[in-house]
Amino acid sequence: MFRLEKRPTPSKFWLYATPPVAVILTMIAGGILFAAMGKNPFEVIRTIFWDPVFGEFAFYLRGQLLVKAGPLILIAIGLALGFRAGIWNIGAEGQYIMGAIVGAGVGLAVFPTESRWIFPVMVVAGAFGGWAWAMIPAILKTRFNTNEILVSLMLVYVAETILAKASTGFLKNPEGMGFPGSRNFSSYPAAENAFLYEPLGLHWGGVAALVTAVLAYILLTRHQAGFQIKLAGQAPRAARFHGVNPARLVVMCMGISGALAGLAGLFEVTGPAGQISIDFNTGYGFTAIIVAFLGRLNPLGIVLAGFLMALTYVGGEMASTNLGLPDAAIQVFQGMLLFFLLAVDVLTNYRFRLHVGAH
Amino acid sequence: MTRPELLRVEGITKAYPGVVANSDVTFSIGEGEIHALLGENGAGKSTMVKMIYGLVRPDSGQMTLRGQAYQPSKPAEARRLGVAMVFQHFSLFEALNVAENVALGMENPPPMRELAAKIRAVSEEYGLPLDPSRMVGDLSAGERQRVEIIRCLLQDPKLLIMDEPTSVLTPQEVEILFKTLRQLSSEGTAILYISHKLEEIKSLCDEATILRRGKVVATCTPRERTAREMAELMVGQALKTPERRLGAKGEVALGVSDLSVESPIPFGTSLKGVSFTVAKGEVLGIAGVAGNGQDELLLALSGELRASADKVRIAGQPVGDRGPVERRRAGLVAAPEDRYGHSAAPDMSLVENAFLTAGVRKGLTKNGFVDWAGTRKFAEEIIAAYDVRTPGPDVAARALSGGNLQKFLMGRELMQGASVIVINQPTWGVDAAAAAQIRQSILDRAGEGAAVVVISQDLDELLEVADTFAVLNEGRLTKPRPTEGLTMDEIGLMMGGAHGMEVAHHVA
Repeated sequence: MFRLEKRPTPSKFWLYATPPVAVILTMIAGGILFAAMGKNPFEVIRTIFWDPVFGEFAFYLRGQLLVKAGPLILIAIGLALGFRAGIWNIGAEGQYIMGAIVGAGVGLAVFPTESRWIFPVMVVAGAFGGWAWAMIPAILKTRFNTNEILVSLMLVYVAETILAKASTGFLKNPEGMGFPGSRNFSSYPAAENAFLYEPLGLHWGGVAALVTAVLAYILLTRHQAGFQIKLAGQAPRAARFHGVNPARLVVMCMGISGALAGLAGLFEVTGPAGQISIDFNTGYGFTAIIVAFLGRLNPLGIVLAGFLMALTYVGGEMASTNLGLPDAAIQVFQGMLLFFLLAVDVLTNYRFRLHVGAH
Repeated sequence: MTRPELLRVEGITKAYPGVVANSDVTFSIGEGEIHALLGENGAGKSTMVKMIYGLVRPDSGQMTLRGQAYQPSKPAEARRLGVAMVFQHFSLFEALNVAENVALGMENPPPMRELAAKIRAVSEEYGLPLDPSRMVGDLSAGERQRVEIIRCLLQDPKLLIMDEPTSVLTPQEVEILFKTLRQLSSEGTAILYISHKLEEIKSLCDEATILRRGKVVATCTPRERTAREMAELMVGQALKTPERRLGAKGEVALGVSDLSVESPIPFGTSLKGVSFTVAKGEVLGIAGVAGNGQDELLLALSGELRASADKVRIAGQPVGDRGPVERRRAGLVAAPEDRYGHSAAPDMSLVENAFLTAGVRKGLTKNGFVDWAGTRKFAEEIIAAYDVRTPGPDVAARALSGGNLQKFLMGRELMQGASVIVINQPTWGVDAAAAAQIRQSILDRAGEGAAVVVISQDLDELLEVADTFAVLNEGRLTKPRPTEGLTMDEIGLMMGGAHGMEVAHHVA
């Protein structure tokens, strides 16, 4: 019989080996799932992981990778800072939606004014929207000791309801012939998040994501606040002894992750999505949780994980159009990735020992 | 006196990754014998008794119990064969009463009323006053230990293992315990007694096996040896007694007046009107049985618990409402007792742990950015000055043995040039040689003009380092008295005598 035994120090090898092993296990288990659905597993896996980068339509799909990876990375970095500190913001999806609504709302309010200040102000407003939405669970936690997991998660559904109201009511396009959805930002240049370099899929959101990754890396490795975040997550009592104010840390981490999610929402709604519509959000806020863990809560790892997850999105879409695979199967596939990651992660701190039975 | 052999341990070896905990250990215990297992921290005493109790399996070697091969695979089997153990750290549920706690440790507990009667009978028989219906959360440490002992005695053991039993007791409670142990011994129950308190072993034990680095280095009859001889066998070198440099006492560096704070710990003890002052160059020793407000006092002094501003003053400056960072800046460093998770982050490296408290006073941040090179240098200085055994400053704190980590953490606080130093349990879990070194550095800092508060449960330690002596009892501090001329009896009375003696009357 095997037994788990705690390692004296965490294994450096497994720390880095866990994500690739999890990806391989996901491919195997996913392959079995696809085979059970009557598809050729090798073809599906190739469609998801190979075709978007090297296949026939790679010239277009490669750009889609950064378009999808950008918001995932931006949100996941914010979440990772909180997760490191033991603060579990699960409601990034809601903060993402609120950031989009507030930011887009500012732009739509001044339509059709043309000024180069409009977009920057919208960016700030987007960050503010996400921040403010995240402050609700943060303040409830620090004042009334509520659980931020539940409150932030439930606020996602509140945000979705507000989004539905926005796209059919207060932000609806007055010239939209009664169709739901706001004005399209592609026809409002001052407020549009246009591609900076289309072949790579680079827009301001991608720039923000990559810059944030570098800043977050510096924060965690060099700055006192990063040290306090890690300390609070690993040893809360030691953090208080060090001088960390737990309430302030909750407000800071929830605020950062909310603001980044709001930014992601703003960049998405003014760029790839184009308008506020009832379903412009595609679950990035939830998928970013997987990205954060897949990237080992490390900003640079998150960049890689963001691209990997974008690959499953883009490739998954290909698989569903070309091979007729249902969307749900792709979501199961993404979920498996998190599952295997957490399962294999045990090996970082534990190892298997052959248990010598009684004789 | 030759007793029939009860337990024989022969050639036992147990290795963990990176360390050999026990190597070829051989000794035997006779029926009714009180046998001491002596050794420094990390000498392998705990691993040895865990093997006897079936918690750990030896790699090689054998044990025999009354001539039969003895190989317990789990504690339940050991208990069935008549081996019981009282751990250093109790495994009791505070929200349950005594009888319920005892029942939880039994294979087939009898009905509650019957069990309560049994507990009363055993506690009376062995002079261990204990009321079965009391909540464990309300009991003193000494009383909690009695719960553990009675739980063992109900199983009628042939061998009772006791791991550092007196570390939580007042001197009077130690006397009660020893009386019980002697009575058990005279009735034929053997006792394996683990301790590093040599005077106790001299007065209690018949035989002693001394371990050093996992090996048996000597066996002796404690009554025929001096404590110093045994200590030197344990350590393997001659011991130095700390020297006190007598400096003139300066003005008051730390003043605490009428400090009352609510305990943040469940079943903790709130501080009630604590007042004292410590002058420059003075060491105030605070004794008391664990759980009488020591943790809370440390939190209130370190700044983790706040009060109103004028309750705590550092060099006249009111800091009672300030947090740990500002208090460090004002000159106070503190070292909490719990190494794993409070004074250190176990999963972080020694460098990071050095930054944990030294960042402020050693100027290790610039514009909020951490000077990791400077921090690493400071960590290396601590490692060198305090002889911390570690492969380097980058290993995780939890990879160090308890004693080594303690040396590192003491060095971290004592090397910051603070004017006020507060330490809870400075040498807890540290071997004799390192303990002497830590005490010496405490005295050195005092000699240089620091005001020091040492909170400890080790009375010998306090008497060695302290100029003034006070006792924390149920959150209240006695008036500090000069250490010189204090007798053990007086100290015991300051500590509240033996807790729970009043219950004895109900029983009798």
